[in-house]
Amino acid sequence: MDAVLELRGVSKQFHGHRAVDDVSLAVPRGSLFALVGPSGCGKTTVLRMIAGFEIPTTGQVLLSGADVAGLPPYQRNVSTVFQNYALFPHLTARQNIEFGLRRRKASDLDRRVRDVLDLVQLAGKEHRKPAQLSGGEKQRVALARSLVLEPDLLLLDEPLAALDPKLRRQVRVELKSIQRRVGVTFLMVTHDQEEAMSMADSIAVMNKGRLEQIGPPREIYSRPATRFVAGFLGEVSWLNGFGLRPESIILSADGRPATVRSAVYLGNCLRLELQLESGETLLAETNPGARHTAGDQVNVTWRPEDELHVD
Amino acid sequence: MWTKVRFWTLAPSRLLMGLLFAAPLCIVAAYSLLTRGAYGGQSPPWTFESYARLLDPLYAAILFRSLWIAALSTALCLLLGFPLALFISRSAKRKNLYLQLVMLPFWTSFLVRTYAWMFLLRDTGLINTILQSLGLIREPLPLLYNEWAVVVGLVYGYLPFMVLPLFATLERIDPNLLEAAADLGARDTDTLFRIIVPLAMPGIVAGCVLVFIPCLGAYLTPDLLGGGKSMMAGNLVQNQFTNARDWPFGSAASLTLMAMVMLALAWLARRQKGDLL
Repeated sequence: MDAVLELRGVSKQFHGHRAVDDVSLAVPRGSLFALVGPSGCGKTTVLRMIAGFEIPTTGQVLLSGADVAGLPPYQRNVSTVFQNYALFPHLTARQNIEFGLRRRKASDLDRRVRDVLDLVQLAGKEHRKPAQLSGGEKQRVALARSLVLEPDLLLLDEPLAALDPKLRRQVRVELKSIQRRVGVTFLMVTHDQEEAMSMADSIAVMNKGRLEQIGPPREIYSRPATRFVAGFLGEVSWLNGFGLRPESIILSADGRPATVRSAVYLGNCLRLELQLESGETLLAETNPGARHTAGDQVNVTWRPEDELHVD
Repeated sequence: MWTKVRFWTLAPSRLLMGLLFAAPLCIVAAYSLLTRGAYGGQSPPWTFESYARLLDPLYAAILFRSLWIAALSTALCLLLGFPLALFISRSAKRKNLYLQLVMLPFWTSFLVRTYAWMFLLRDTGLINTILQSLGLIREPLPLLYNEWAVVVGLVYGYLPFMVLPLFATLERIDPNLLEAAADLGARDTDTLFRIIVPLAMPGIVAGCVLVFIPCLGAYLTPDLLGGGKSMMAGNLVQNQFTNARDWPFGSAASLTLMAMVMLALAWLARRQKGDLL
């Protein structure tokens, strides 16, 4: 695998607290890689060590094979799109985009700026100051400002968090399509598992500073390595030694008997809370046409391959 | 109802400003157009004579010296104050302690602090004594009673007025912006001059105004540290009202000083395109 970024045993200690603990991973060139986990799990610290804002306590950060762990941000061919975009408020959109090119004394500045403005569809708004741009436009300026430098790796810190929820779905698709077109490797940090699943080629799940699992979305959803990963990516009911996702439960006459504790109609499904005879509870999502109510007796089954077996 | 409340709550300050500011200003303006009386005071005829006298090279030189000393002191305050304010704004834990230290000189009177400088700068003062005992100089350096002593005193006295507004704007700069600049390839000097300084401009302007105005009208510092040899506009005004007993000329000089300040402010406001004040 041609890895644009490789972390080898990276740890970061803050005042005796291990924020990042022995993280190793490789990001394939040209992919969209997502680092997910709950807030405070250390994922942002990992991002900041790759960008150069933090120096790892131990471990190596390899960019295209070279260890950059001790280099300042301006000597790394990596660029960051900040969560609040961090646009320079006294500069226009165009001046923001030109900022990095001018520091590098790029010769074909005009052409590169024009190309990137077209890519992010900001042509015509390049003379506005950040305060005169909408949230989505600000994000595109931040993206353009980084992409115009043609970095080896683009880091995105919670790229959708500052956007209107309605806009998020649309921007997810846009971001992914821009990434495909320019072919730059994206490493995105998010706490939103749905965002990660819908956009990323690979996902790394972090918890309490440690890496729990890395893999494609399908794999980590259907074969989670740990209880934490299973629970973070979706709902799970834990039975004796294995877990079941709500959508894996099948109501069928020849299954195990269960009592409906509650039934909630959600439009696209009917959500049932079931109690098995053993006393264990089970969440199930079924056909919204079904008309079960609390107190009903049902029979449930599932395919053995849908059982989640974790360490 | 609210208009009534507004009227009555504002009334005391309006009365105060009217009696203690507007009325005296009108009196000064009137005096400046009268003629000096035989035994001081003022009397008719009405004339622009006092203003014409300000064009006399002797007095024009005093006004220009005031402008020069005030501008130089302001520039030095900015050069010293900016790094200090930047340092304080970026220090996470000790911020309040450092701000207290900047304010510490205000705990004693300005007069006492200026006298303290005389003890440092005079021929038998601390600096000359140390330099002499180290054998670095034979004769004491003429540190006191010149323009430089005045500049030192003004910079010392007004530095906090530069540091505080600078600190206020620098502290509000989002640290992410500095990281973003480094991320985009800016070295520290690029970040300083292209991001921090432009964003701190309101604080720089406010600090310069707060230092320049009192420096231009300074009276105590040039009197004590300049020793009467580097007279500034403030000393000229004081002199006319006391020793010279020429109230019309003193009034004209003080109004001219005021006009200079207002012109400087108007120029700044134009440059800031209304962002200021």
